[in-house]
Amino acid sequence: MGVSVLKPGLATTVQDTGRPGYYNVGIPPSGSLDQYSSLAANMLVGNGDDAAVLECTYMGPELRFDQPATVAVAGADLPPLLNGEPRPTWESFAVGAGDVLSFGFLRSGARAYLAVSGGFDVPVALGSRSTYALGALGGHRGRALAAGDELPIGPAGGAAPRRAVPEALRRNHPKHREIRVMMGLYDHRLTDSARRAFLETEWRLTAVADRTGFRYRGAELEFRDRDAPFGAGSDPSNIVDAPYPIGSIQIPGGVEPIVLHRDAVSGGGYVMVGTVISADMDDVGQSAPNITTRFTEVDLDGALRARHERAARLDALREAVG
Amino acid sequence: MVSVRGRAARHSFGGDDHIYVELDEEMNLSANFKVMAITSTIGDRGIDGVIDICPANASYQVRFDPDAIEPRQLLAELESIEAEVGDGTGFDLQTTVVEVPVLYNDPWTRETLMRFRSHHQNPDGTDLEYAARINGFDSVEGFVAAHSGSPWFTSMVGFVAGLPFLFQMVPRERQLEVPKYLTPRTDTPRQTIGHGGCFGCVYSVRGAGGYQMFGITPAPIYDPTQTHPDFEDFLVFFKPGYIAKFEPIDRDGYDELTAQVEAREFRFKQAPVEFSLGGFLADPDGYNRGLMEALDGS
Repeated sequence: MGVSVLKPGLATTVQDTGRPGYYNVGIPPSGSLDQYSSLAANMLVGNGDDAAVLECTYMGPELRFDQPATVAVAGADLPPLLNGEPRPTWESFAVGAGDVLSFGFLRSGARAYLAVSGGFDVPVALGSRSTYALGALGGHRGRALAAGDELPIGPAGGAAPRRAVPEALRRNHPKHREIRVMMGLYDHRLTDSARRAFLETEWRLTAVADRTGFRYRGAELEFRDRDAPFGAGSDPSNIVDAPYPIGSIQIPGGVEPIVLHRDAVSGGGYVMVGTVISADMDDVGQSAPNITTRFTEVDLDGALRARHERAARLDALREAVG
Repeated sequence: MVSVRGRAARHSFGGDDHIYVELDEEMNLSANFKVMAITSTIGDRGIDGVIDICPANASYQVRFDPDAIEPRQLLAELESIEAEVGDGTGFDLQTTVVEVPVLYNDPWTRETLMRFRSHHQNPDGTDLEYAARINGFDSVEGFVAAHSGSPWFTSMVGFVAGLPFLFQMVPRERQLEVPKYLTPRTDTPRQTIGHGGCFGCVYSVRGAGGYQMFGITPAPIYDPTQTHPDFEDFLVFFKPGYIAKFEPIDRDGYDELTAQVEAREFRFKQAPVEFSLGGFLADPDGYNRGLMEALDGS
């Protein structure tokens, strides 16, 4: 009983709210890159916040349900098809035993979240069902889904009534994003003009954009000359290997800034010039290659205000749907 | 004699949910030991809202929930802990010394390094030959003797799950230094013994890497299945502060240990030790001999 994977999609993984507490040994938090949409999908099917969902990247899977369930898709505009018939996103709908759920072409965003009443019941590893593929940990056998996989579904709390997220609380996915960052860490190592250029450049997301990090192109940035400290490495963008904050932005060699996300490498030897604020990490997760992005600077108070606004939006979502 | 260095810490917020602290721009054991002392004190404090405490080579990072603790208040607490810990010389680290068997110049890293020769400074030789030459050794054997002759301090665990960064416990003029590959490889065998800059490492999983490759250990250091005896309690073997000693083995020894690993019978040779920075700095070679005696007595 559960769900059989007929086609896996491009990069479909089991995710939840993540695996905090093990970053000190190199195990990143993992979890859905767009937590807002992932939580919305769970609310739509009557799950608790910590139920596991499928994160479907760019291209959805094809799944056969071996039992009836309530499902919902939120996040990227990746249109669900039930036995070939269109179904809405941001709304729950029923599936019966033997039904096949597939997806049309991605219209906007990058990652759609599929929740099922009862949650995808893969084994819990270090407190989470999230997949950390690099470490073969969590999820379904520590990896992205493959054809032939069977995913168990947990016990549902009764048939959830049909629910929908009001229009105003749905996410949209513009072709251009403003991502707020707190500068700092090693931004003093950029020249003044390079620091300005970082914030003024319209960056374009490259195809190198996955759960580890998002790589952008748009300008070459110069670092200040210095005598390499012992152990740091000779390139001016090198530092003695150090921890990387989730959301931190490194610029190896001064080209192609990389924003680390929830499957981040936990540390390394590249200068970081700032960090995306927690409220905007969902937006980074919904960025698809070729969208343009400007990094705009906020201070700590601005970041905390944005965090509270995001929390208020989640409260409103809970009020409307949960 | 290695001197104790002093330098003011530099603090920075990493977004609204991390505090990053650089204790030194350069790598040295004193800075790393201070990191260990500070981060273990932070852990002992059990501060509400702290999610992850990541000790690193000469820096550390705390990830926290800003809804549970005001970032500036946490920063003030960290600064007060740093002041209390001082230079860290009053801190004794309870840790483990462990022997890591290594087949140097093994066929698997050799095959890999040949595939990536165009990424290397020395396309006509092996990584070991290059490292031996630029560190002033007449032969690879001499370099291996230096690499395996002194213990290494685990100054950080990370990059990927369970990967130890290892800092050689000898005065700086005797430390081995090798640049990273010119451009990173897309492949590194699991359990490769690597070296980049002043750091050694053991690659815990197969994947990308930029460090020079010297050999391979048959011993797993990361076991997400937790089916090997040393992993009953946790899936990562190396913890920050662990002291590693490389032990050269030959191909027969490698095959024998691999059979033990496959039978889920292999255990690391290891012993609990107390490490004091002051004792080490006063007489590194003598102190290391004591560590090796503890290991051999295990």
